[in-house]
Amino acid sequence: MTQKNPLTTPLIEENPVALRVLGLCPALAITNSLTSALIMSAALTVVLMMSNATISLVRNLLPSSVRLIVQITVIAAAVTVIDQFLKAYLPEAAARLSVYVALIITNCIVLGRTEACAMKEGVGTSVLDALGNGLGYSLILITVAFIRELVGKGSLMGYQVLEPASQGGWFPENALVTLAPSAFFIIGMLVWGIRAWKPEQREKPDFEPIPLPRRERR
Amino acid sequence: MDDFLGIFFRTVFLENLALAYFLGMCTFLAVSKEIKTAFGLGVAVIVVQVLSVPLNSIIYNELLRPGALAWAGLGDLDFSYLGLLSQIAIIAALVQVLEIMLHRFFPALYHTLGIFLPLITVNCAILGASLFMVQRDYRVVESVSYGLGAGVGWALAIVALAGLREKMRYSDIPAGLQGLAITFITAGILSLGFMGIAGIKI
Repeated sequence: MTQKNPLTTPLIEENPVALRVLGLCPALAITNSLTSALIMSAALTVVLMMSNATISLVRNLLPSSVRLIVQITVIAAAVTVIDQFLKAYLPEAAARLSVYVALIITNCIVLGRTEACAMKEGVGTSVLDALGNGLGYSLILITVAFIRELVGKGSLMGYQVLEPASQGGWFPENALVTLAPSAFFIIGMLVWGIRAWKPEQREKPDFEPIPLPRRERR
Repeated sequence: MDDFLGIFFRTVFLENLALAYFLGMCTFLAVSKEIKTAFGLGVAVIVVQVLSVPLNSIIYNELLRPGALAWAGLGDLDFSYLGLLSQIAIIAALVQVLEIMLHRFFPALYHTLGIFLPLITVNCAILGASLFMVQRDYRVVESVSYGLGAGVGWALAIVALAGLREKMRYSDIPAGLQGLAITFITAGILSLGFMGIAGIKI
């Protein structure tokens, strides 16, 4: 069996959002602007690396009965550090991300990686794995935010790229794309795209539709 | 009283935690295949929300908020940075205690709700409701109504999605769209419907 590369596998093949359905709340909620998505991705990747490294260091000392509590506490501490850092140095961005930075604690990706990887592997592999998963997550976040901000406002990271119709330009902004439901649609389409490309990720339908007999078809 | 009902209805319909704030999405999409399980999980979420939001509100307002310890002569202390740690610990402990008590006193209920309780600890809708409570400065009475509304709204959304997915089982969906992708799109349409209640502001 070939060894999977912990850094590149989570990008597309085992993407935490598209295949494992983990950590969706911020992926949907803060992707209406590219800046927030970038800050969120960076915050999540740093938290993931800090908690994976810490858990990996102490993995041989942890009795398995209390491991979940220890993991949650380590993650909560890492998130508190990031939260306070953002509030101190990027207060505007922190206000825009509101509770979603704090919600990294309950982001299943972080707990999933500490449980599945950091409890078993050494520090080096764990950090690489954390970086890979963080990047795979960021990839989805940034793609969705790119589409939503460009189509919704004609801008990227706050800079006007396409001239909007409301200011006499030619680009008709689609305000629906900045609203909540479109995030669902865009991620749904992305998942469809990835699965069209990588057919092995497809799910089996619960029921095969029975083909109608020719004669009785109306 | 008006405020109590106002917060309740606003949280259930306009500021629905699942469909407007995207909280608890992982469980929302993963456990919505059947109405029966979705309903069980919904009830469990309501119970935990109603207990955890007021409890967190009391602890935050009486112990952690800047100047909350004035009664002990420590008025200049600010423990609000401990908020996150205390909230997640309280939720985890509450879920554990609830599980033990259900097991001991209501075994029938334990068998229907029990499997969902561990899932709830990492459900961001629960932590999210407590964080919104802090952010919006709700006091204890308001937090009861907010917790109830948040739970009911989330339960309503997951049962609605499960109903739609049960109907969709027999439809002929393209292979790549099967499963996760079509669920996302269904949830999007549902969320559009909920926005209609408020009147879309574009």
